[in-house]
Amino acid sequence: MTAQAKAHRLFDVKIMRRAVLDAFVKLDPREQVRNPVMLTAYVGSLFTTALFVRSLAAGGEESPWFILAVSVWLWFTVLFANFAEAMAEARGKAQADALRRTRHHVPAKKFIPPPNEPLDKPSFQTMLQRGDFAVVPATDLRRGDVVFVETGDYIPADGEVVDGVASVDESAITGESAPVIRESGGDRSAVTGGTRVLSDWLVVRVTSNPGETFLDRMIAMVEGAKRQKTPNEIALDILLAGMTIIFLLVCVTLLPFSLYSVEAAGRGSPVTVTVLVALLVCLIPTTIGGLLSAIGIAGMDRMVQANVIAMSGRAVEAAGDVDVLLLDKTGTITLGNRQAVEFLPADGVEVSALADAAQLASLADETPEGRSIVVLAKTKYGLRGRNVQELRATFIPFSAQTRTSGVNLEGRQIRKGAADAIEGYVRQHGGEFPATVAHHVQRISRQGGTPLVVAEKGRALGVVHLKDIVKGGMKERFGQMRQMGIQTVMITGDNPLTAAAIAAEAGVDDFLAEATPEAKLSLIRKYQAAGHLVAMTGDGTNDSPALAQADVAVAMNTGTQAAKEAGNMVDLDSNPTKLIEIVEIGKQLLMTRGALTTFSLANDVSKYFAIIPAAFASTYPALGRLNIMHLATPTSAILSAVIFNALIIVALIPLALRGVQYRRTGAAALLRRNLLVFGLGGLAVPFVGIKLIDLVLVALHLA
Amino acid sequence: MTGHAILQMGLYLAVLLLLAKPLGWYMARVYEGKPCGLGWAVGWLERLIYRLCGIDPTEEMAWTTYAKTMLVLNLLGFGAVYALLRLQHLLPLNPEHLAAAAPDLAMNTAASFATNTNWQNYGGETTLSYLTQMLGLAVQNFLSAATGMAVLVALIRGFVRHSAQTIGNFWYDLTRSTLYILLPLSVVGALLLVSQGVVQTLRPYERATLVQPTKDASGKTVNEQTIALGPAASQVIIKQLGTNGGGFFNANSAHPLENPTPLTGFLELVAILLIAVALCYTFGEMVGDTRQGWAVLAAMLVIFVPLLLLGYAAEQAGNPLLSTLGVDQSAGSQQPGGNMEGKEVRFGIGQSAIWAAATTAASNGSVNSMHDSYTPMGGLVPMWLMQLSEVVFGGVGSGLYGMLVFAIIAVFVAGLMVGRTPEYLGKKIEAFEMKMAALVILIPPLLVLVGAALAVATPWGKAGVSNPGPHGLSEILYAFSSAGNNNGSAFAGLTGNTPFYNVALALAMLAARYWVAIPTLAIAGSLARKKATPTSAGTLPTHTPLFVLLLVGVVILVGALTFVPALALGPIVEQLMMAGG
Repeated sequence: MTAQAKAHRLFDVKIMRRAVLDAFVKLDPREQVRNPVMLTAYVGSLFTTALFVRSLAAGGEESPWFILAVSVWLWFTVLFANFAEAMAEARGKAQADALRRTRHHVPAKKFIPPPNEPLDKPSFQTMLQRGDFAVVPATDLRRGDVVFVETGDYIPADGEVVDGVASVDESAITGESAPVIRESGGDRSAVTGGTRVLSDWLVVRVTSNPGETFLDRMIAMVEGAKRQKTPNEIALDILLAGMTIIFLLVCVTLLPFSLYSVEAAGRGSPVTVTVLVALLVCLIPTTIGGLLSAIGIAGMDRMVQANVIAMSGRAVEAAGDVDVLLLDKTGTITLGNRQAVEFLPADGVEVSALADAAQLASLADETPEGRSIVVLAKTKYGLRGRNVQELRATFIPFSAQTRTSGVNLEGRQIRKGAADAIEGYVRQHGGEFPATVAHHVQRISRQGGTPLVVAEKGRALGVVHLKDIVKGGMKERFGQMRQMGIQTVMITGDNPLTAAAIAAEAGVDDFLAEATPEAKLSLIRKYQAAGHLVAMTGDGTNDSPALAQADVAVAMNTGTQAAKEAGNMVDLDSNPTKLIEIVEIGKQLLMTRGALTTFSLANDVSKYFAIIPAAFASTYPALGRLNIMHLATPTSAILSAVIFNALIIVALIPLALRGVQYRRTGAAALLRRNLLVFGLGGLAVPFVGIKLIDLVLVALHLA
Repeated sequence: MTGHAILQMGLYLAVLLLLAKPLGWYMARVYEGKPCGLGWAVGWLERLIYRLCGIDPTEEMAWTTYAKTMLVLNLLGFGAVYALLRLQHLLPLNPEHLAAAAPDLAMNTAASFATNTNWQNYGGETTLSYLTQMLGLAVQNFLSAATGMAVLVALIRGFVRHSAQTIGNFWYDLTRSTLYILLPLSVVGALLLVSQGVVQTLRPYERATLVQPTKDASGKTVNEQTIALGPAASQVIIKQLGTNGGGFFNANSAHPLENPTPLTGFLELVAILLIAVALCYTFGEMVGDTRQGWAVLAAMLVIFVPLLLLGYAAEQAGNPLLSTLGVDQSAGSQQPGGNMEGKEVRFGIGQSAIWAAATTAASNGSVNSMHDSYTPMGGLVPMWLMQLSEVVFGGVGSGLYGMLVFAIIAVFVAGLMVGRTPEYLGKKIEAFEMKMAALVILIPPLLVLVGAALAVATPWGKAGVSNPGPHGLSEILYAFSSAGNNNGSAFAGLTGNTPFYNVALALAMLAARYWVAIPTLAIAGSLARKKATPTSAGTLPTHTPLFVLLLVGVVILVGALTFVPALALGPIVEQLMMAGG
């Protein structure tokens, strides 16, 4: 997604032009067959057109121009529906084109292992030196091939880094211009075809065949090429088809009823087929039928706008149903790092002395935690950061053996570290670990913080309280989720004590402490067994079983290939908070469908008031009392209804593409609002619309 | 509105609502197999039936088996009634030596009683022997009602069970519906009716010499009147309770021996809606949330009460054409006023209007007045109540399962509007349920519209019409609305006992019953297999006034959109023409 592709406005001229063309292309019956509602309208249009031709040739049931006018507007109804779908697709296609441009036909340097030599890591170095690779087109690469990429090369295919470290520009995929590091092993080993190596080199094992790469799938998704109807769409289609059949019955049986009435009343002429077809097309839910696929495509499109690639429409829909969110603590709920918030001295130690020692010990500590100690000492006790050279200090970096870090200067030896490590250090220097310090350590742990003990040789000075900082606004957000009926569960590797404290502060509903991949998986299964739909994010390979089990699994783009394969969505921004947005997009998709279905069916009431009195005016003038809109003539009444029915599709395209507004409230409040807007609105709007069209027709002397 | 009418309507609704909870609670216990207080009286009989028929009541059935069993039993019932009708002249208990019924009439009547429609093309006292009445019609009155209740219970189990393959045992549900619910209520009701003078005898018809001789149509002097008798009370009560409605006598509940006193009138009225109303509570009780049952009942009442008032108002307003002739149609101490044509003076407009609304809201079809003689608007009310697919109370069992299918559709639309895959009572509504639900709402309109269209387009259909003009269309539409929704109410006016109507209406009745029941059982089976979704704030509550309104909206909208064009050419235009002079 390049920046321009993302910035498409709703009605871009280029997109519109393309959509208009496509609207005509979609008149192909094979396209129409997919949608029973629009197929009915399509057949109706053909039928009235035939009636028009016949009326020209042999005189017909109505005046030719009336039949022509009805046919033209019926065709418009079909074309407008096509246009809506084409608009939605065109937006995707424009994005797909932008993506396709990034797929360069690049040469790939493929390793050709000498015969009888196994293809394993040590030999890459030798092979590199020997130059054991051939240049082949990227399209010839198959899964399992190994390629070499270096500075300035495009990565020819999706793969797993097996050797080397490099900075890679992934902006073609993510739209993010800052380069990312890719290296073998660990969670940053996946590379995507079409991205470019900015520095250093990589050895990549190809993981996908041509046509199945991430880019290919992404193009297919945004283009809607492989779009299958989602379960919910199918269910709605059935309902709409059922309604269409009912209306078909209503209109077909109206002819014998009308014939009988003419005979019984002894005057007038029976209702014409043209009018019956017009009535049928007005009654069948063309508004939702015409916009249904546009809504679905637009939903996918909104995901793409949010920089999330859903692997199927089903996943987008499932996102709306999710009622349990598993959220990783780090990065999602809390800022990625801890910060010092308090100095707690041991008995007989001044707070400022502790702050001073802690700051000295952290001056050279480049970790966020270390920096936050320096900052806290400065802001709270006015201790300026001192010049390291002037102090002539030696810094002792953190080591896995001592599990402490610190500083040596002019006979002083200051260390900081976890409580047990410092306790060992103090005892080693013949000191005692004071009870107050132990007490502080315990209290901080209970509150969900991390205690960092500072000591000088045999004397423990006190404790620095490092705290996980919950991101701003998360508590409110989780509160809203609760109102929406979504439970939030925090996943953390922390001990239960710490986890509980952070969970309480962040306002999540539950937490899983000391989480292992197995524990995550069994938690998901437990929720699913209770009937919940679970969403989660993950990036590491060890997340993949849980990702595969979750109903909506969002893999981070920075994650491993395994995680991306296991998930059903990929977040290109690798932002764990995105899950919340994804759920809302899913809900919005379903809501738009529901709202337009209600609107479409509610519309029918007014059409009866317009068409019934007009259709039977010659037989039963008394029915004219039902003409509550006071439409000028029977002809103008029928035309106005047909024209309104066509125009409303166009009028609702923006709504279909943008989706109805979603608010984070409970189901009852949402229903009340949408029923009011789309149910009552659907009843009232067409009365006004049909009347206005009638006035225009009369003013133009067309009826 | 007269004070008398207000009193009757108020008392009627109050009694029904008061009885809903105790009877509904009792029925839930019957179906859940819990002790319900009648084990001592009928428990032995229940066990005996199982033993004699070789039924294992604990055997669980998949929905397909349940449906097949239901169909087999109904087919047997159909065959039995047909055989009785065709062979009654050879069988005992036929003191009037009535002849065998014609094949088309026998088929129509058999279909009618198997499907709980009870369309009356037969003439009661002039067609059916006592044996046919007792062994054929009365038995079917019980079995067809119990069938509807069994299908409902199966659907409720679909909601209650999760991850289950079966929906209960048809024989168990059928037997318990009959023995624990219909039979005890009928015994009590029949005794009350008999106490008021409803006949219950196997004696031949009485002949009475007329005090004042009269002449018949051909001018012959008539000195003697035949007073038809028979075992009526036992059948009248179940015809009301089981929403059957087929009269023992041709005049149905307008006949003085079926409905002799104001008390029997009220009792029979209560019996029409009693079980249908109480089943709503049973539903709530069985799904573990009585609010759900009250909500469905509220939706039914929200549709029923305004239509009842509309029908009453139309009748009480009378005929404007008569007013222009100087006829005083206002209600007063000397006269009931309004349109009294076709109504029993004993009942007046109030009770007739309640009866017309109740008998068509429930798929009962018994009458105490001639609907054909109502004002166009007054006639539209019962016709439209039937066209709403008989889900406003409807047939015992069948009305509620129809309403629950509408609820599924309402939930589907509403669920989408709140952005979630719709769920009803914790069960997700997906493509399969929608497919079956679409069938359920599609079938009755299809039968009504196609049937009526066929009738108006053919000479055989038009031959039965007795009133020309829009009213003729109303008569035909009414007949198919009644058969295509298993009601059985007749507009009268239409000559229905012809081969065309006998066959066409019989087919409509059969299709309406089973093409709705089978998809309903399919939904039950599919729901039972699903996991239950726990409720949360994101779940659409289905017990709120908002949902009740939505459900009402869906029922009304489907009913209106489907039938307004046809109604416009029948009662609506007739009313407009009448009002316009």
